[in-house]
Amino acid sequence: MSDTASPPRTLFEKIWDRHRILEREDGQVLLFVDRHLIHDGTAPAFVTLRQRGIAPRAPDRIFATPDHYVPTDHRKVAQIADAERRGMVEALERDTAAHGITLFGLEDRRQGIVHVIGPEEGLSQPGLLIVCADSHTSTHGALGALAFGVGMTEATHVLATQTLWQRKPKTMRIAVEGELGPGVGAKDVILAIIAQIGTAGATGHVIEYAGSAITGLSMESRLTLCNMSIEAGARAGMVAPDETTYAYLAGRPYAPKGRDWDAALARWRALPSDPGAVFDREVTLDAGAIEPMVTWGTSPEDALPISATVPDPADTPDPERRGAMERALDYMGLSPGTALADIPVDRVFIGSCTNGRIEDLRSAAAVVRGRRVAPRVQAWVVPGSGLVREQAEAEGLHRVFLEAGFEWREAGCSMCLGTNGEIVAPGQRCASTSNRNFVGRQGPKARTHLMGPAMAAAAAVTGRLTDIRRLEG
Amino acid sequence: MEVFRRLDAAAMPIDRPNVDTDQITPARFLHKPRSDNHGTYLFHDVRRRADGTPDPAFPLNQEAFAEARIIVADRNFACGSSRENAVWALHDHGFRAAIAPSFGDIFFSNSLKNGLLPVVLPQPVVTDLLAALQEQPGARVQVDLEEQTVTTPDGTVHRFEVDPFSRHCLLNGIDELAYTQELAPQIDAFMNRYGRENR
Repeated sequence: MSDTASPPRTLFEKIWDRHRILEREDGQVLLFVDRHLIHDGTAPAFVTLRQRGIAPRAPDRIFATPDHYVPTDHRKVAQIADAERRGMVEALERDTAAHGITLFGLEDRRQGIVHVIGPEEGLSQPGLLIVCADSHTSTHGALGALAFGVGMTEATHVLATQTLWQRKPKTMRIAVEGELGPGVGAKDVILAIIAQIGTAGATGHVIEYAGSAITGLSMESRLTLCNMSIEAGARAGMVAPDETTYAYLAGRPYAPKGRDWDAALARWRALPSDPGAVFDREVTLDAGAIEPMVTWGTSPEDALPISATVPDPADTPDPERRGAMERALDYMGLSPGTALADIPVDRVFIGSCTNGRIEDLRSAAAVVRGRRVAPRVQAWVVPGSGLVREQAEAEGLHRVFLEAGFEWREAGCSMCLGTNGEIVAPGQRCASTSNRNFVGRQGPKARTHLMGPAMAAAAAVTGRLTDIRRLEG
Repeated sequence: MEVFRRLDAAAMPIDRPNVDTDQITPARFLHKPRSDNHGTYLFHDVRRRADGTPDPAFPLNQEAFAEARIIVADRNFACGSSRENAVWALHDHGFRAAIAPSFGDIFFSNSLKNGLLPVVLPQPVVTDLLAALQEQPGARVQVDLEEQTVTTPDGTVHRFEVDPFSRHCLLNGIDELAYTQELAPQIDAFMNRYGRENR
C-alpha cells in the first residue's frame, strides 16, 4: 500500500475540504458557499447590507422564493391583507430585483417552500455547500450536499462574502438496516430515530444516513428524512449520492447538461464515504422494528408507535424527564394510558417542507380515495410548490381531496408554523405532517401530533389518530 | 456589536430542558423589524395563562427577576428554529448572558454574534445553580469573559470555555463581517480556482 494514499474520508469531510478557503487561529474555517437560498424572512439581512453599503458578493449563487408569509388561498401579493406580512414578500421582490437575484415569485408556477423547490429545480446537487436562514435547510443533504440552516447575521455574512465561518462539526453515521414494514415510510424512520437518540442526540454532528433501508428510499423520502435532522439537534443530515440521486436530478432546470453533466457525474461518484472512513458516532436501527409513528408530546422526541398508549410520567424515574412529560401531557390535554389511536383530531394539515412533495400527496390521496373527511374535522392539503400542485392536478389528486372534503390550497409554509396567519385555534388538536410539535408552534395553545402523510390522511377520514395498517379497505 | 466584558446581575432560572426557540419567540412575531423592541415578544405565550393574563409562576413575570440580565436554563436550551429573533428577544429584554449545560447549535452561534454570551457549564453545576436561584430569587451571578469564569451565588467560581475569536469579538465589540471583508483577496482567489474546477 502506498504511504501517500490519503486516509479514508466521509462524504461530509470530502465536501468540507473542497469548500475550505482558510483556517483561523482558533480553528474556525472559512467555507465557500455554492448556493444561498433566501426567502421572505431574509429581509433583515438586506437591511444590514444597505446600512453598511455592501452589495451581495455573488448574486448568481443566490435563489429566492417567498414561502413563510404567503397566503395559500390566493397568489396576489397586493391582496395580502396584513401590511407587515405583505411587506416581507414585497421586500424580497425589491431586494432580489435590485441585485439581479433569481426570484421564483408568488405568481410564478415554480414558487414554493424553499426546501421543496431547491431539489425540484435541480439547484441542490451532490457535493454543494448550501445554506439558508432556515433550520430545515438540512433537507437538501438528501442529494449528497452539505446543507445547513444559519441565523440572520450569518445570512448577512454569506450575502456579503459568499462565505461562512464554521467550526468543523463531528460526524455521526445512522444506519437503518433491513426492510421497512408495511405502512412505514421516511417520516416514521426519522421519528423513530429522534425518539431513540433524543432531540439533542446529534447536537454538534453532521449525520450521514446509511444502511439498506436508506439506500432503498426514493429521493423524496430521503428529503423527508434529512429535513428533520435538525429535530435531533444535528447541524446537517445527508445521504450519499447514488443512482437514485442522479436519476432524480437528470433533466432538472438547473442540473448540469451534456458534457457538464458527465463531468459532474464523475465528481459526484467520488463523493460517497470511503470504505474504512471513521465516524465520531455510530447508531444502528433495525428497519423491521419501526412501526408507523406519531408524537404525543411537545418535542419531536416524544414519538411512539401508533399502537402504543400515552405514556405515564409516574413510570419515569428521572424527575426532570417526569416534569417535562407532565407539562407536555397537560399542554396536549392527554391522560396516561389513553390509546394513541383513540385520540380525536380537529384539524389535519398535509404539507410543509417535510411532507409537501408529490409522493407525499400520492400517499395521502391513496388513503383518502373513496372516503370522506370525518364530520367536524377541517382538513387541508398545502402542496410544497406550485409545480407539485400542478403535478397533483395532472394526476387528478386534487379531485380526490376535494371530493373527500379537504381544502386544496396553494403552496407555502402555511400551518407548519403559521407565520402567514394560517394557524390552528387554541385548544384544537391537529394531525400534521410538519416537523415540530413544540408548544405554540402551530398557533397559541395549538396541539400538534406529527406523523406521515398517509397517517394524517387516515386521521382526516376517521376523525382520530389511526393506525394506517388497520384502516379498513 | 456591543462589548461584553463582565456582568454582575440577577439570574433568572428556567428550570426545564429543551426550551425551543418557538417558545422564546413565537413565529407570529418573526416579521417584526429589528428596530422593534423584541423584548416584548420574549416567552410571549408561555409566560401567559390561557386567558392571556401573566402566569405568576413563570419567572419572567416575577418581581425578583425584573432586573435579571442572565438567564439560566437546563440542557439543550434554544433548540429548534434558526430564528435570530430568539436572541433579539433575550437581548432586548436586557439579557446579556445565557448559562446552560448545552445549547441548540444555531442559537449558540447567533448569540455570539449579537452580544449575548452563551456559557456552557457542566450539568451538575447548572442543576445546583437552578436550585439556588429558585431558593433565593434575585440572587446575583457574575460572568467574567476576560477570566472565563462564572461565580455562582454561593461564591464558587466555575471556569468556562469560549471560542478565542468569538471572545475577542465580544470583548472588543468587533463583528465578524468586518474581519472577513479584509480577506477579500483570498476569497476571490479561491472563487476563481473553484469556478475553473467546477464547470
